[in-house]
Amino acid sequence: MANLKLINAGKMYGNVPVLTDINLEIKKGELIVFVGPSGCGKSTLLRMIAGLEKITSGGLEIDGELMNDVPPAKRGIAMVFQSYALYPHLTVRDNMSFALKIAKVAKDEIKTIVEEAAESLQLTPYLDRLPKALSGGQRQRVAIGRAIVRNPKIYLFDEPLSNLDAALRVATRIEIAQLKEKMPESTMIYVTHDQVEAMTLATRIVVLNNRGIEQVGTPLELYEKPLNKFVATFIGSPAMNILPAKVVATGAVTSLTLANGAVAEVPINTADQYLDNDFSIGARPEDMLLTQSDEYLFKGNVSYIEALGEITLLYFNREEGAPVIVKIPGIAHFERDQELKFTVDPKKLQMFDALDISCKYHD
Amino acid sequence: MDSIVGKSSALTWAVNISVVLLVLLWTIPTFGLLVSSVRDKDQLVSSGWWTSFSKVERNLIKRSAPASEQSKVDDLYVLTGNVFGDKKGVVTAFGWRSQDPMAFIPGDSVPLRKGKMLQINADGSYLLTSPIPFTSKRGSRLFVTSIEEPIFTLNNYSEVLFAEGLGKSFLNTMTVTIPATIIPILIAAFAAYALAWMEFPGRAIFLAMVVGLLVVPLQMSLIPLLKLYTDVGIGKSYLGIWLAHTGFGLPLAIYLLRNYIAGLPREIIESARVDGANEFMIFVKIILPLTFPALASFAIFQFLWVWNDLLIATVFLGNNEEQLVMTGRLRELLGSRGGNWEILTASAFVSIFVPLMVFFSLQKYLVRGLLSGSVKGG
Ligand SMILES: Nc1ncnc2c1ncn2[C@@H]1O[C@H](COP(=O)(O)OP(=O)(O)OP(=O)(O)O)[C@@H](O)[C@H]1O
Ligand SMILES: [Mg+2]
Repeated sequence: MANLKLINAGKMYGNVPVLTDINLEIKKGELIVFVGPSGCGKSTLLRMIAGLEKITSGGLEIDGELMNDVPPAKRGIAMVFQSYALYPHLTVRDNMSFALKIAKVAKDEIKTIVEEAAESLQLTPYLDRLPKALSGGQRQRVAIGRAIVRNPKIYLFDEPLSNLDAALRVATRIEIAQLKEKMPESTMIYVTHDQVEAMTLATRIVVLNNRGIEQVGTPLELYEKPLNKFVATFIGSPAMNILPAKVVATGAVTSLTLANGAVAEVPINTADQYLDNDFSIGARPEDMLLTQSDEYLFKGNVSYIEALGEITLLYFNREEGAPVIVKIPGIAHFERDQELKFTVDPKKLQMFDALDISCKYHD
Repeated sequence: MDSIVGKSSALTWAVNISVVLLVLLWTIPTFGLLVSSVRDKDQLVSSGWWTSFSKVERNLIKRSAPASEQSKVDDLYVLTGNVFGDKKGVVTAFGWRSQDPMAFIPGDSVPLRKGKMLQINADGSYLLTSPIPFTSKRGSRLFVTSIEEPIFTLNNYSEVLFAEGLGKSFLNTMTVTIPATIIPILIAAFAAYALAWMEFPGRAIFLAMVVGLLVVPLQMSLIPLLKLYTDVGIGKSYLGIWLAHTGFGLPLAIYLLRNYIAGLPREIIESARVDGANEFMIFVKIILPLTFPALASFAIFQFLWVWNDLLIATVFLGNNEEQLVMTGRLRELLGSRGGNWEILTASAFVSIFVPLMVFFSLQKYLVRGLLSGSVKGG
């Protein structure tokens, strides 16, 4: 059964639509991650679910009940803010008890619940400190603890880790994953900018763009089978290379010529009417293979090299569009301006039509 | 590089020195007032407060005993006594003519007119002899220069507080000031929260009106308000002046507090909302404690303003013993006891004592950084 359901939900700020026609079903126990470019409305959507932002059209159901006009506290949700939002004048203990006190839970019970939560978050030694005497990571854990004690049906996280440094971010990410494992019943919705967080934590990822949902799917689904060019380039880092191409032959195998004259034979069925259309093909940086033969798909002079040790990234500037990026495992010795040729396994190629829709996975 | 470092430290010195100078400049008069107010009133009129810690040299004009007390020893008529009376003192010089009051040193025996002789000793005892009987009923003038120990006393205070009626006025001022500080703060805090964080139609216009009220000169509203009070039946009463001060203080209070409250991080309030707090709980449990520095600042301003106010008190309170506030009393004292510095300095100090206490007790809340730890980077 769906735990949370958005039905044609939309949000207008005055006359400006920010989100339109959002349809999404989230099942109990899922960890859903919202990703999307900055300003696409991730936080807004989360806040609409939390009840901090009015839903201006459509509806939100939690456990089958319409929630549009239910105040935040009655929705069975808890929210962890990017900025922690701890009550600065209250100790960690009081921060965590705040909601329970308001809900008039008995004193002993509050004490047990809070101490249990503190224990599981390793906050016990800090219970009587004020937030200002805590490190960033500890503060974030208090914020999470404050959510846990309320035992909500749905946890909402808005970029909870973005204020932490890299190492702490990894540690806290793992803590959140473990927390989720301990509470298989609760649903979590998580907004992030971080690809790795999204790929590792999510049961399903929701890609938002342009006022709406581009695609919903498991992390690998989105990676392997993007429905459109936006998702293809948004998921994965570095982004997928997009090469403009013209359809020269249709049928079970589509032939396209690239700007540089190379011909790509993609095993995707296309109808005759697409002949001569301006398509584009996509190849992930790690799928680009060095070749010496003349049957290359891409040829270029290295304009920039990033050696990261485990991988080496080669950048090839183009007249227009983003540079083509190639990812080579391990340490590779190339020089600037060196001419290199690459092929791609045709089965791994993506093909997008003139409207940027994937020909492969979209029906 | 060096020169930059050198420059900045010279600058630091300049800043420090000017701060010290400014502080001295501002505190010395107050200190002088305090010292003057505890000095003996005779000493106060004869020398400045900065000399009050050392022994004072005073030129005194005394009179010898009258002729009726003369006795005859051998051929001479004699008058004896002490220029200090029962008190103690040290004579450093004496004389018998006003043109030259410090002509002789103690112990000398000096001739006066008509064969009279005068001797004054360091302890103040004098011996006046004459071959013919003394006739002056008032005694003759003796000029002595004496050294006196500084005298500090609280008599001035007891006099102004109990005899001059300042004590009662002090209580009256308190009666005006405390409610006139608390009431506007309470109202303004609620209003400021609403104007900052609650959505309601006309909020912006309301705020604009409040800001607009800041420019209305309060003198303009005194008479209409008093008329209104008389019509409603409040008349000249404490209730009236509380309301008046509340009204005059509110625009600034609302404006200041709203700006402060609007600057609190939105997430904290939303977080409380998600935690189930209603607006009132958010206000009481989150906003009020976090707004304490602003409340304290405004409390200090309002308190000082009401405490030192004379105009509004003159208009809205009567001139009787039950309603005369301290500023009013001081004004009366200035008129009636303008020459008595000991009264004026003590009164002045009584009137600045409470504001000083209020400031020192609240200033620790004026520190910044109450929000630290709440949100990122804090
Ligand atoms: N109060 C508001 N009035 C008008 N427009 C707003 C308001 N709040 C947000 N917006 C707009 O709504 C859009 C979505 O904002 P939102 O904060 O949800 O973005 P986001 O996806 O969370 O971005 P980021 O990743 O940078 O946090 C933005 O374009 C923003 O300009
Ligand atoms: Mg956001």
